[in-house]
Amino acid sequence: MSKNINLYILVMFAVTYLVRALPITLIRRKIRSPFLKSFLYYVPYVTLAVMTFPAIIESTQTPYSGIMALAAGIVAAWFGASLFQVASLCCVVVLIAEFIIV
Amino acid sequence: MDQRDNTSHSRNAGAFREGFKDGIPIGLGYFAVAFALGVAARSAGLSPLQGFAASILCLASAGEYAGFTVIAAAAPLYEMALISFIINARYLLMSTAVSQKLSSDTHPVHRFGIAYFITDEIFAIETRQKGYLNPFYTYGAGAFAAPMWAAGTALGILVGNMMPVRLVSALSVALFGMFLAVIIPPARKERVILVLIPASFAASYAFSRLPYLRDLSSGNRIILLTVILSGAAAILFPHPSDEDAGTEAGEEAV
Repeated sequence: MSKNINLYILVMFAVTYLVRALPITLIRRKIRSPFLKSFLYYVPYVTLAVMTFPAIIESTQTPYSGIMALAAGIVAAWFGASLFQVASLCCVVVLIAEFIIV
Repeated sequence: MDQRDNTSHSRNAGAFREGFKDGIPIGLGYFAVAFALGVAARSAGLSPLQGFAASILCLASAGEYAGFTVIAAAAPLYEMALISFIINARYLLMSTAVSQKLSSDTHPVHRFGIAYFITDEIFAIETRQKGYLNPFYTYGAGAFAAPMWAAGTALGILVGNMMPVRLVSALSVALFGMFLAVIIPPARKERVILVLIPASFAASYAFSRLPYLRDLSSGNRIILLTVILSGAAAILFPHPSDEDAGTEAGEEAV
């Protein structure tokens, strides 16, 4: 059983790594197509936004604390807070909010 | 020649330090999330060492979680391969995006190295880097974040549910906070991004609620929405590429 699990882990690793390694090792040139360049420029913003919401309100004990963390994070980032500051602020907001509502 | 070598060496060291600094909030967030992942790994029958190995090798939250459910179900190995591919397919897009941030004289070895560290969060901070990406920035970020991820998983398996729920809940938003710190500041300067972010929030919410669409795995939802929304934005608002030219010229001047 235990040896079996190691095999599963190995397969998981091989596939996960290949997915990450193939594009970056095979695409060596600058992409010239204006469409593809624009597409790739927007990819991170869309991907990260899609991953943030609604996941942020589903990961906390109550959606309200997640919403508050989202709002606080947006405001702080808008006014130039650093990565670490925004991340910690979101955590603190959830901690305080859940002490009050949960 | 010597001179040049020295400067590039110190530049790499600087990039590593900067990456390490940016990797600290990632590592802390990872630790909390990995802890929860460890609980799932424990019920799938993994030992702490196996959990550590799985996490240090794969660095993938959703991917590993799905993998552990495959192990728990004792499903055939090809299912593990298939599910790992589908859930992690978003990394194909990220990997392509990062390939465009590398200067053409980046050594091939670094491409394999950077590939290992393509996670949602490290990709996020790489996006913020101006001009070309220095591979050592990525290594710096991973040097703290990756071991924290693996240690969190192992600890989750070891001590299970002993961490207070409140703390897990609070720490779980750290990673989302980081994403916000990456995507919001550019929205201030660029109107397209300012519109694109709420549009992405709304579409993502709709996809998680509407019949049929809500049955998509979160990995597939991310891919589908990324392709649709980035594609639409690219057609409607082609991004002027003079900015790239500017940074390239700047790179050469340095």
